[in-house]
Amino acid sequence: MKIVVCVKQVPDTKGGVKFNPDGTLDRGAMLTIMNPDDKAGLEAALRLKDEYGAEVTVVTMGLPKAEEVLREAIAMGADKGILVTDRVLGGADTWATSTTLAGAIRNLEYDLIITGRQAIDGDTAQVGPQISEHLNIPVISYAQAIKVEGDSVIVERQFEDRHHVLKAQMPCLITALAELNEPRYMTPGGIFDAYDAEITVWGRANLVDVDDSDLGLKGSPTKIAKASDKVRKGAGEKVTLDPTEAVEYLVGKFKEKHVI
Amino acid sequence: MDFALSKKHEMARSLFKEFAENEVKPLAQEVDETEQFPEETVRKMAKAGFLGIPIPKEYGGQGCDPLTYAMCVEELSKVCGTTGVIVSAHTSLCCDPIQTYGTEEQKQKFLVPLAKGEKLGAFGLTEPGAGTDAQGQQTKAVFDEATNEWILNGSKCFITNGKYADVYIVIAVTGKIEKRGKTMKEISAFIVEKGTPGFTFGTKEKKMGIRGSATYELIFTDCRIPKENLLGQKGKGFNIAMHTLDGGRIGIAAQALGLAAGALDTTIAYVKERKQFGRSIAQFQNTQFQLADMATKVEAARMMVYRAAMAKATQKSYSVEAAMAKLCAAEVAMEVTTKAVQLHGGYGYIREYDVERMMRDAKITEIYEGTSEVQRMVISANILK
Repeated sequence: MKIVVCVKQVPDTKGGVKFNPDGTLDRGAMLTIMNPDDKAGLEAALRLKDEYGAEVTVVTMGLPKAEEVLREAIAMGADKGILVTDRVLGGADTWATSTTLAGAIRNLEYDLIITGRQAIDGDTAQVGPQISEHLNIPVISYAQAIKVEGDSVIVERQFEDRHHVLKAQMPCLITALAELNEPRYMTPGGIFDAYDAEITVWGRANLVDVDDSDLGLKGSPTKIAKASDKVRKGAGEKVTLDPTEAVEYLVGKFKEKHVI
Repeated sequence: MDFALSKKHEMARSLFKEFAENEVKPLAQEVDETEQFPEETVRKMAKAGFLGIPIPKEYGGQGCDPLTYAMCVEELSKVCGTTGVIVSAHTSLCCDPIQTYGTEEQKQKFLVPLAKGEKLGAFGLTEPGAGTDAQGQQTKAVFDEATNEWILNGSKCFITNGKYADVYIVIAVTGKIEKRGKTMKEISAFIVEKGTPGFTFGTKEKKMGIRGSATYELIFTDCRIPKENLLGQKGKGFNIAMHTLDGGRIGIAAQALGLAAGALDTTIAYVKERKQFGRSIAQFQNTQFQLADMATKVEAARMMVYRAAMAKATQKSYSVEAAMAKLCAAEVAMEVTTKAVQLHGGYGYIREYDVERMMRDAKITEIYEGTSEVQRMVISANILK
């Protein structure tokens, strides 16, 4: 089985969010991590590799620095890393990103493509399903469990209060939730191997069946007007009252704030 | 000369740090309070490859270098001195001598499962009357030609990973030799497996620090071990023990460094929060100067520990580098953890606060695998030769 996993290097929000004066994210000034949903997707692929045997290729699109997440993926057990990087691909929204990734994946053989549900810096959850559209293969999103049966996958798709069990014939694409699993640690020897491994670097010229008008900032229908850090909420107020007093208290507060 | 760590070493450090924060730190206080050997953590470390870091891949290890191993012990010890010494004793004192002196059969039989973390290792040199003074050894091994076995009798004390380890390197007297007109004990090294009839455990020691680490007496009563379990040549046991301790000292130096660095990190966070006279105590010059001294000493110790680890990878002999690193790091650990307690004030004396445990854990680094005085003997003997 051949599995392609798409991962993204994202800012580590634990280290605080930093902005450029123009309101865009100052990625260079922030610590980075592998996007958590993508890491769960990678772990799912590695478990399939452990159980059924598979070749796992990890693809990322980003700055040259994004090769770090590919080395991390190899240190966890992935077989190959492909970095798609080119100035003309910069400023991409989800459409341009999915077009780029699909253009890269067309070079590869695959039975299964796994992406994270969404990235913590964009929260759109669009790139995975869009890749499946570009490649014209089925997609099962929000996977919380994955099994392989013959040439099909059986996936539990998470809903708020239930899950669906879906079966799809491979090749297909699955988007993974961080809750899918607990990703393994890298191993020290895996890290040493990862730094000896060659990372394949592709640019615009390597993308198959894509139009320049669908790439980079120019190919992005979405424009970000402004990004800002979350306004921190105050600690709030804690009160302990019996139910009758609590109702009176709340009604009083709502009136005070002109809510009612 | 390049003092910057390579990217792969940086990534390995981030792995050890993440593991230590997620898996080790949450249990550190409980492990100390209950004096329970952290078996589950050891299993997780085995899975993550932490029990065979400097061992070649063909023997089940990770194929990394001594520096990576030292950084692992450092990061674990930043949050838990007990966990640091478990890895150090296993790797430096059991895996390393088998890798260095073992036959191919011994490596396949013992080193592979040790490096994979399927088995845990320990080392028995110290006796009530013998530690660094190896000539004081009383444990004897007599060869029985009828059965082709060694018969071991005697006991070893203060053995780290005791009872929980599966494979033990045991030093014993195998005869007498004439050296420079004097009759001396001939000393040899053996590999002994837990479960061998005649091999039992005595009392578990109650200690000041590293309380989760299992420290046991090993007792050998007519314990028969196969001929092929002799490690290295007969009569070379003293050299094997000394060489093993050179490597072990790098592990303990890394543990001491971790304890110091962990106490420093904890104290930096504390002084920013703790308020007295209307401002954080970090704003007092005394606090600032104390922290500056602590940070400088931690960094100096780190340089010496990493230097010794690099020397192990590149030099035939690294006794002096290892002795200097251990002497420096152990004394820094004691000083920095003591200052950390002082800067915490009364809270630093309360067991709920990590620095209290770190100060107790630090003391042993000045004692085991050669006291600071023994390190001074090693260093001075080298510079006066």
